[in-house]
Amino acid sequence: MNYKQPLELTGLIANLDAFFREHLSPFWASVVEGLLILIAIVALYAVIALALIYVERKITGFFQSRLGPNRLGKYGSIQSIADMIKILIKEIIHINRADRFLFYVAPFFVIGSSLMAFGAIPFGKGLQAVDFKMGVLYLIAVSSIGVLGVLLAGWSSNNKYSMLGAMRSGAQTISYELSAAFSLMTVVVLAGTMQLSEIVESQRYVWNIFNGHIPALVAFVIFLISGHAETNRGPFDLPEAEGELTAGYHTEYSGIQFGYYYLAEYLNMFIVAAIATTVFLGGWMPIQVHGWDGFNQVMWYIPSYVWFFGKTALLIFLSLWVRWTFPRLRIDILLNLEWKVLLPINLFNIVMMVITVLAGWTLTDLFPNLFGLA
Amino acid sequence: METIKKIIAQAASDAVIEEAQRLTVTVPPKQLHPLMKALHDNEELPFDYLISLIGMDWGDKLGVIYLLSPSKDLTRELVVITATEDRGNPLLYSVTDLYETAHLNEREVYAMFGIRFINNPDMRPFLLDDTWNGFPLRKDYDTDPARNPVTVISSEVRDDVPRIMEDENGNLVESTTRVFEKDDYIINIGPQHPSTHGVMHFRTALNGELIKKIDVRSGYIHRGIEKLCESLTYPQILHLTDRLDYLSANINRHAVCMCVEKAVGIEVPPRAQYIRTIMDELNRISSHLLAFASHCNDLGATTAFIYGMREREHVLDIFDKTCGGRLIINQDVIGGVMFDIYPDFQKDVKAFIPYMRKRLKEYEVFFSKNPIALRRMVDVGYMSREDAITYGVTGPAGRGSGWSCDVRLHKPYALYEQVEFTEVIRTEGDSYARYLNRLDEIEQALQIIEQLIDNIPEGEIQGKVRPIIRIPEGRYFQSVETGKGEFTVFIESKGNKHPYRLKFRSPSMAAVSVMPLISEGEFLADFIGIGGSMDYVIPDIDR
Repeated sequence: MNYKQPLELTGLIANLDAFFREHLSPFWASVVEGLLILIAIVALYAVIALALIYVERKITGFFQSRLGPNRLGKYGSIQSIADMIKILIKEIIHINRADRFLFYVAPFFVIGSSLMAFGAIPFGKGLQAVDFKMGVLYLIAVSSIGVLGVLLAGWSSNNKYSMLGAMRSGAQTISYELSAAFSLMTVVVLAGTMQLSEIVESQRYVWNIFNGHIPALVAFVIFLISGHAETNRGPFDLPEAEGELTAGYHTEYSGIQFGYYYLAEYLNMFIVAAIATTVFLGGWMPIQVHGWDGFNQVMWYIPSYVWFFGKTALLIFLSLWVRWTFPRLRIDILLNLEWKVLLPINLFNIVMMVITVLAGWTLTDLFPNLFGLA
Repeated sequence: METIKKIIAQAASDAVIEEAQRLTVTVPPKQLHPLMKALHDNEELPFDYLISLIGMDWGDKLGVIYLLSPSKDLTRELVVITATEDRGNPLLYSVTDLYETAHLNEREVYAMFGIRFINNPDMRPFLLDDTWNGFPLRKDYDTDPARNPVTVISSEVRDDVPRIMEDENGNLVESTTRVFEKDDYIINIGPQHPSTHGVMHFRTALNGELIKKIDVRSGYIHRGIEKLCESLTYPQILHLTDRLDYLSANINRHAVCMCVEKAVGIEVPPRAQYIRTIMDELNRISSHLLAFASHCNDLGATTAFIYGMREREHVLDIFDKTCGGRLIINQDVIGGVMFDIYPDFQKDVKAFIPYMRKRLKEYEVFFSKNPIALRRMVDVGYMSREDAITYGVTGPAGRGSGWSCDVRLHKPYALYEQVEFTEVIRTEGDSYARYLNRLDEIEQALQIIEQLIDNIPEGEIQGKVRPIIRIPEGRYFQSVETGKGEFTVFIESKGNKHPYRLKFRSPSMAAVSVMPLISEGEFLADFIGIGGSMDYVIPDIDR
């Protein structure tokens, strides 16, 4: 059934593509399109970061019975733009006795890794830059590169606080990546594919989190915890640990170099929420019920990218809520939580998921009529 | 009293006993250590709590005044005095083997008076830099700034520790050791650090994430308040007391006021007493709220920090309306209080009490029972009762180790005899006990205020005070319970309008001195948390 989708961008993109192919050779058309996509992604990256910074400050304000930014623009809305300009024109402080090369390279690992992950996310119908067959594996792989930047930053700064922060971050990220990867694998078992577009498509009538019921729910919770831990934000902000290590691994960074870490931190929060949305909550797919065409049409009037950002925003709110409620974990509690609790549960859970899928206990297997699969 | 005199006579044959404001014993330096040992170790009434160790310069003699008390009975204070006539190389015997709190105090006396202590294992100057010329609290100190010019060159921290020990034959041997081993991984926590609650410097040797050893350094904001006081009149001194522990500003001030009032014999009108007591308790609430808030912040809970600050704001508003100040309120003066309460004072305070109770419940749900918070506080930073006593850790921290040391109860002043309140004591001795103690003490403070607020009598707010206050010759002590613990003022007067010597006992210094002991072997993260639970304020140390 084809529903009317007046606000989707698929038509616009198809027209652009046709336009370029009409006037340019296939090779140059691809080059121009690639460049345009790159610009679009980098621009979106910056815009989302700015928006997130503003939103977080405002929401934190409400949590802490403060006002948050309220001077610049209406409700302080252009505060983060002013901050961005400030950080761009700030002096970059060169520090003595640091490993210059590694010191300057480190932020690019972090921002690069988060940009690469960002590029593979399906933001809406037809709004995915690259759709790898091994999409999930790709996300896991590129998001692990970031920790290299953190370790290099700690090592090259020649500062003991940075070093401690980086070591903590290394231990933490590597540990929690296991859990994050395993919980994603649980869904891969359920969906039977690693391609993100197919994972989204497979959730047309029922989200994976419901389809795989108990094992999927467990995987979802574990992914949220470990994803949150991977972003190095409170209560998992030990690498930064303001009260202990002043600023942890980025103590010595200033100006836009620090800005890169700051940006990457916010975007990683977004990316984790986006992956969770895509994999567990149906991605950009609107809520649809098989057979209810009127209802489905209304849902489709809301464009897919709104669905995607709406679901992601909910998860981000959850992450902020957690961040501003809990005190910081200690490194031993943190590692115990991962290696003694999350990982064993996860390993058990993935077996449970395999059994669920093989035995035909998923919702789509049990009630195929409901989902138009009979 | 007779038993004490008997013990003194047995241990030190040359001791001179006199009955002043406190029982005072003067002994020659040679007999000091045997006397202190006898007082400390006797079974009937062990004087195991060294309240204050005061360096003195009497012109012809340099010496030390020890204010002792049994931890079981805080009312029986005893003053021990010893002095040496050798101003060139003054040497006295250390009591560090009996009282741990003497370590930092003797080092401070060394920095300020140049008295070296035999058998103290660490004789680096405390509070002053190694390179400082002269001994500031000596009466013949040359205050010419050219002698100690302000330098902008950063100097390396010295790692060698001089000391002077007595060997078996009674010979004095000078030697040096090192603070840290050569390949220790040392990080500086402070002097500029987000969590040190002031300009405190802990040099910390780490073993991975675990604390191996801590070297305490302080004095970065030392202002020489005790020296300044020697050239100020008593009403002027009050101004400086607020700058010690600024969170208990009003309570510090109360102590000096009472000390002077008792020495001169000034009657404080009842209305002023009521106002003072209520203000002290409000001050205690604000101090404990800040301690709660910054402790939570040290554990990474920023929201709890803001919550504590939010409630504190209400107390500060009441201060603001009463006397215009918020943190430092200049309310107490010798003979009474400076400002009368404003018409709506009672109404505001009565509105605050139920509000604060509601918030205390919120803290309990939100933070006190949070599983991560529990893991970060329970069984962390254990301090035994014995440690608390020998290090002189009083206040909510000392009571968290099971030591009943509330000055308001044991040595009551102002109106504390008339009100009913329970001393909050826990025996666990960990961070969590100290944390809960503060929250419970807020509740007790609210109860005290409730009992007083409706009964404030009409009348004068200031007693009759002469324009120039001269204190009769003698030594005067006054203790109060601040938010951090026992705060004692010592005044030695020669009958002038200035004190001859004035000394503040700083409860924060005791709290800091125990930090290396209770955080050894703990995680670096917990070291910060333990610091939060001890709740020290650095200006109180850097007097």
